[in-house]
Amino acid sequence: MIELIKQPWHWAVAGVMIGLTVPTLLLIGNKTFGISSSLRHICAACFPANISFFKYDWKKEIWNLFFVVGVLLGGLIASQFLSNPNEFVVNEQTMQDLKALGVKDFSAMMPADIFSIENIFTLKGLIFFVFGGLMVGFGTRYAGGCTSGHAIMGLSNLQLPSLIATISFMVGGFAMTHLIMPLIFKLF
Amino acid sequence: MTKNNIDNTLIEEFVCEAPNNQVKKESFASNIKYLIVGTIFGIVFVKAEIVSWFRIQEMFRLQSFHMYGVIGTAVVVGLISVQIIKRFKVKTFSGETVSIQDKTFNKGQIYGGLIFGLGWAITGACPGPLFAQIGSGFLAITVTFASAVAGTWLYGAFKNKLPH
Repeated sequence: MIELIKQPWHWAVAGVMIGLTVPTLLLIGNKTFGISSSLRHICAACFPANISFFKYDWKKEIWNLFFVVGVLLGGLIASQFLSNPNEFVVNEQTMQDLKALGVKDFSAMMPADIFSIENIFTLKGLIFFVFGGLMVGFGTRYAGGCTSGHAIMGLSNLQLPSLIATISFMVGGFAMTHLIMPLIFKLF
Repeated sequence: MTKNNIDNTLIEEFVCEAPNNQVKKESFASNIKYLIVGTIFGIVFVKAEIVSWFRIQEMFRLQSFHMYGVIGTAVVVGLISVQIIKRFKVKTFSGETVSIQDKTFNKGQIYGGLIFGLGWAITGACPGPLFAQIGSGFLAITVTFASAVAGTWLYGAFKNKLPH
């Protein structure tokens, strides 16, 4: 059994479990699923700076912070005790495309030649960590949600604004991957 | 979202996109159940390799069905669950009526959505995987996370100047 769990999980298993998070949160505490809101609660709790967007009773929403700490713990448990003993597999064509851009490491879930501590104070770090993170935080709040709040929770509740947001996420992602990323990799 | 006060200053109504709609107050300790749900969620994220930058690249290059399968299945399961809850008026465990707010359209969903999409492809992470990546030991992602908090803060600071 434990050997089976250590294998990478099929998309259907993950999809069912993620989908079930929606009714689970609704039924155990009338909570609407969404993760990016945690970033707002962190701002409200730590740096409200008299900005009206951060002046609210964040303690009422503290469940969301417990949830994301859980996600972090889950990552720790999965990587420490349930990690895949086999080689990490990347689609052959994707690997060719990324090699052509200059990505070298395909041995783990994140390429070490980009996502390593050594790169924090480099141009790579500035683009992939700082600018990337700023766009994720700014964009999700501007859009009023992320993949969880819009694509999963919103679409589950048949919300048209969430469909519009989800399409926009995808358009942005395709534009970055196919138009902007080739230019970024020329910088290194 | 905003209305004018008597002295014509803007007061803003608090709208949380992932709200706590439970009327009954919860003790600090009862929040542990959200920690547990989050932990299971984080394990799924890592075991299904949703936290991988490569899986996101495969998705945006249309070279693997994996991420489409994950998100598609999650939406179908979520949709069926929400419809069952609404149709049969299923109550929460503490006996309350389940409430889900409707989302209202504004242009932020397009502009913000595009910006998030750009960031998603470059970081290989939406906010959920950020936490799971850090937990998995990719410590450089703490910088991405701090930047995401900063990005959220910048949105809050400039919200009223942005087109919505």
